[in-house]
Amino acid sequence: MLHESELNSIKGKVTCDSSLLAYPRQLCRSDITPPITRKRKAAEVDNDPLPKAATKAHGPRHATSDRPALSKHSSAATEITDNRASPASSASQKKRDLVTPATTTASMDSDDDFMSDVSSQDDFGMQASDNDSLGEDFGDLDAGFDDKDIFGHKRKPYEVEFKVLDPPDIENEQLGQVNEVCAILGLPPESAAILLRFGRWNKEKLIESYMEHPEKTLEDAGLGTNFEGTAKTETVPGFMCDICCEDGDDLETYAMRCGHRFCVDCYRHYLGQKIKEEGEAARIQCPGDGCNRIVDSKSLDLLVTDDLKERYRELLTRTYVDDKENLRWCPAPNCKYAVDCGVKNRDLHRIVPTVHCFCKHEFCFGCSLSDHQPTPCTLVKMWLQKCEDDSETANWISANTKECPRCMSTIEKNGGCNHMTCRKCKHEFCWMCMGLWSEHGTSWYNCNRYEEKSGSDARSAQAKSRSFLERYLHYYNRYANHEQSAKLDKDLYLKTEKKMTSLQSSSGLSWIEVQFLDTASQALQQCRQTLKWTYAFAFYLARNNLTEIFEDNQKDLEMAVESLSEMFEKPVSELAELKVDILDKTAYCTKRRVILLSDTAENLKNGEWSFNVEW
Amino acid sequence: MFATKRLSKELLKMKDHVPPGIEIVKSDNLEEWQMDIKVLDENPLYQNQTYRLKFMFSSKYPIEPPEVQFITCDASTGHPRTIPMHPHIYSNGIICLDLLGSAGWSPVQTVESVCMSLQSMLTANNRDERPPGDQEFITHNRRRIRDINFVYEDDNV
Repeated sequence: MLHESELNSIKGKVTCDSSLLAYPRQLCRSDITPPITRKRKAAEVDNDPLPKAATKAHGPRHATSDRPALSKHSSAATEITDNRASPASSASQKKRDLVTPATTTASMDSDDDFMSDVSSQDDFGMQASDNDSLGEDFGDLDAGFDDKDIFGHKRKPYEVEFKVLDPPDIENEQLGQVNEVCAILGLPPESAAILLRFGRWNKEKLIESYMEHPEKTLEDAGLGTNFEGTAKTETVPGFMCDICCEDGDDLETYAMRCGHRFCVDCYRHYLGQKIKEEGEAARIQCPGDGCNRIVDSKSLDLLVTDDLKERYRELLTRTYVDDKENLRWCPAPNCKYAVDCGVKNRDLHRIVPTVHCFCKHEFCFGCSLSDHQPTPCTLVKMWLQKCEDDSETANWISANTKECPRCMSTIEKNGGCNHMTCRKCKHEFCWMCMGLWSEHGTSWYNCNRYEEKSGSDARSAQAKSRSFLERYLHYYNRYANHEQSAKLDKDLYLKTEKKMTSLQSSSGLSWIEVQFLDTASQALQQCRQTLKWTYAFAFYLARNNLTEIFEDNQKDLEMAVESLSEMFEKPVSELAELKVDILDKTAYCTKRRVILLSDTAENLKNGEWSFNVEW
Repeated sequence: MFATKRLSKELLKMKDHVPPGIEIVKSDNLEEWQMDIKVLDENPLYQNQTYRLKFMFSSKYPIEPPEVQFITCDASTGHPRTIPMHPHIYSNGIICLDLLGSAGWSPVQTVESVCMSLQSMLTANNRDERPPGDQEFITHNRRRIRDINFVYEDDNV
């Protein structure tokens, strides 16, 4: 099996692998030869934009030694198709594939530096059924070649570092920061907490602002400067509550340090309303009219019942995660975990940060959608928008809502003036131009100028749109097909379990031994998910040499997936015999996926892709 | 009941004294009141006009804000009432004012203070227009006033 050639498909470099000759077990997986190396070489001869590839002088030599007839790009493609057209590997083909690396070796004496010992060792340890070790092997090899970023920790180019947190972890994290600020600024912890929430947990900036203008910072945060006294309820002679109009000398009352005093009963109702009905916690203001003082946790603890305190803490944790750029809730239903990941919004055009929650859900840290590698978030958004353009809902949303420029909450404007205040993050902006409201002054209708498009643009647009549509449908059909198949995979997964049980009884295989079906089913689902998004990605790609490599990788994975899918659906009686084939094909699919994703991710990180849209 | 007690007290106080330009029209039950308001200064937009407000109270009033809107009355009743022109008042009487939403409401506010705020909102206005998107809003909005959820403020009017 051509482990090395697959590598080449990414690196554009050629190595030899003596282990191939020594270990026939792996050769039986070689029914499909990734053609990328050859094709890539052909591309290099023509015009190769990659600097690292340009240094390799042996490209054409390899191409000729491997396939003497292969001198033109087009013939390469034909050859490849032929090669793949026979799914079951014939003996002669095996032999040919076996020969391929050997021939390569002969022609590659100048390439000793790339024949790393690492690769041979990895192949020794490789088990066809062990996907993880396959993946990691790949990572190792990769590191052995040239990518310093991945060296040291076993991450593939498309993986990101992250940590899954459960609610107690998150609470402790908050507590730690509150205590720290509390110690530095000498404020009571409940005030430090309010201050931190006001500053969206940006400690450095907050402390700086406090050091410069302590009073203003406290005032803005809704704290006031008076920290005297403890929180306790009192009876005040001659008091009348402004909310319920009750009076009486034995009426229990409470006031925060702002001095707005109400009876405990009203305070309790008020807090209950805010917490339960409005889901507010971090920014509950004093009930007094026009008073911006924030109700602190100490006052709250004094006034409300335990179930509300529980809810209050939950809501605080929720705002904490919402406020922190490095935290995000797992979007799976009823999942309690949050993920901590260092990928920033501004990095999202260079990386697709898929994370794996403890609940097994895989999602994108950038946008919370399900894993959509290799397509970057912005393109995913554009794609989904495009796919749904015809549905009424999407039309309505785009016609009637915008997103808060700060927190990205979807906002419907249902009337009124253009001065918007986001309910969630209190950001004030102009509905027309989405700019800061504070910059508008009083002349907010500055935003009324229509940018005239030239007339010729409009005319050619119509002609273009027809061909655009055709192109779009090409990609959309393939995307939708994989999406549909992925849905069917869910049924498949359930069927798998049944199959496994019946296979156990009919073939006498042990439970462990029939796990290969489960592995195969999961690999299928994962690969389809990836394939689906490669079509959305390809839709936005501008054609060049890189896209050809990408499309070849895509084609390879797709063919492998289809043939695995076919095997997988065979009657139970045949499955036991197919075990080795399925195992091999599963490993192959997984590996092709890793290659495709690594290639795409690296090019994305290095800014090598060119796109046909601005994003 | 929370709302009942508070509303009876408000009523007692207003029967004793109401600020100029404000008048109780209907307060016989504690779920819906109607008030008439007038703009007191010389604003030509609202001169010699009286407008009718409808207040709807939930059992959680005053913790929850009341639903307040302008309503019309036929001339046949002897008290013709129209909806005032204002860039924050829709032609169906719905008012876009932050203090009537849950975020801007304070339980210290009363029917009287709301009436006064609306008086001053009219007084300060000099634009003879409806909010942008008025027609669309009044045809499509089926929600209750309290569920209209975005708060928009415009400090200039």
